[in-house]
Amino acid sequence: MDKNALMLRPIDNVATVVDDVLKGDNVYVNKEGEKICVSAFEDIPAYHKIALEDLKTGDKVIKYGQVIGAMTADAVKGSWISHKNIMSLPRNYEDEL
Amino acid sequence: MNFMGYRRPDGRVGIRNKVLILPTCVCSSETCRIVAEQVEGSIYVSNQAGCSEVEQNLKICYDMYSGFAANPNIYATVLIGLGCEGCTPEEMKKAIEAKTNKPLEVVVIQDEGGTVNAINKAVKAARKFVQEASLVKKEECPISDLYVALECGGSDATSGLAANPVVGKTSDIVVDLGGSAIMSETTEFIGAEHILAKRAATPEIKKQIIGICRDLEEHLANVNQNLRTGQPTPGNKEGGISTIEEKSLGCIYKGGTRPVMEVLEYAQMPTKKGALIMDTPGFDVASVTAMVAGGCQVVIFTTGRGTPTGNSIAPVIKVTGNAKTYEKMIDNIDFNASVVLKGDKTIDECGKDLFDELMEVVNGKVTKAEAFGFNECSMQRICKFI
Repeated sequence: MDKNALMLRPIDNVATVVDDVLKGDNVYVNKEGEKICVSAFEDIPAYHKIALEDLKTGDKVIKYGQVIGAMTADAVKGSWISHKNIMSLPRNYEDEL
Repeated sequence: MNFMGYRRPDGRVGIRNKVLILPTCVCSSETCRIVAEQVEGSIYVSNQAGCSEVEQNLKICYDMYSGFAANPNIYATVLIGLGCEGCTPEEMKKAIEAKTNKPLEVVVIQDEGGTVNAINKAVKAARKFVQEASLVKKEECPISDLYVALECGGSDATSGLAANPVVGKTSDIVVDLGGSAIMSETTEFIGAEHILAKRAATPEIKKQIIGICRDLEEHLANVNQNLRTGQPTPGNKEGGISTIEEKSLGCIYKGGTRPVMEVLEYAQMPTKKGALIMDTPGFDVASVTAMVAGGCQVVIFTTGRGTPTGNSIAPVIKVTGNAKTYEKMIDNIDFNASVVLKGDKTIDECGKDLFDELMEVVNGKVTKAEAFGFNECSMQRICKFI
């Protein structure tokens, strides 16, 4: 089936699916006016994240145009990205000050 | 823009008109509940502490409970103490009088000779105050007298995509009209503090925003706790929020885009107007109560999963960006922001609608949590009881 996902910034490498997605669904994302299709690699619950590209362990995950964590496992394009395969990164407050 | 409010003798303006039965400590908390049950028009807040506390916890208790009494939604306060507690009735009376000159009666259970005599005296005082309060007429007041608390709890991934951006728009409207909006929950700035800091009105405020995040992480590290172990919560994760960074980047939308004029300590009253920040924990109830203690007359609360939280002093408006939650938790949710995700309305349009709803509540419309009489109260703590 065709499903939609929200890509919030052009540099994001994940998008948020707005319905429950089943493996093999075509998930459509609007990237700066261009319609991109990603085939779901697995089932993804509504409002969870789908990988828009192949991600390797250690890669930064980008949503809102910002780093939201790093991959703890490899994930191919169309995978479900969740707390099970990404981790939070420490802050560097002294540099920010 | 103006609203109809109750002008208090200290100059501040209430949108509700209640008499507060206020405990100094846990030992007088139940007595306060019984008194409030006896007198229509009075309310109470519970107190789980107030004794055997370290100095820093005692200070929070004085700041918070005196702030409740000073909140402009309160016409007058009956303060009930036990008589031997660490948070003394005399000091609490002084703390209240330092913030407001509204009517205040103090009842000490040990001085009155037990519960029945104390209840008798407190009920008489509360009944007198309620009758006086009923004579206060609403008058037109400028929106510059309004302080709105912005909160989120039980977040999911829709919170950062719909509900919080919509509240952010509402917050900008309030601030542009001269009012004030306080955003809190320092935990939920972490990972987004560099973006929030860009809104600081001065370099000093920028340092404060970064500093409260660093201090919170250090505080938790000192008790061998990584903040990331408790955040996001299990429900957040199930709802699609994977890391604290992702949660925070969604959370800070609710503060809008206007310059941050002041960073307040927990439960402190603002000295500035406009967009403000209060240093509170990511625990939603302890944040709501702190902003109400800071003088907020109304709370806008976003939730993706759905939560019942209410406050007896200030009405809480529940907003969700999750269409399923809106249907499932219709008993608890006041405003549906999921229309933004469907594409039926823009964030700006929905933010204007929420502003209209806010003004309805400010002018007297009863929220869902208010109709239930929900009254959760929780207080930040620094250290174990002694």
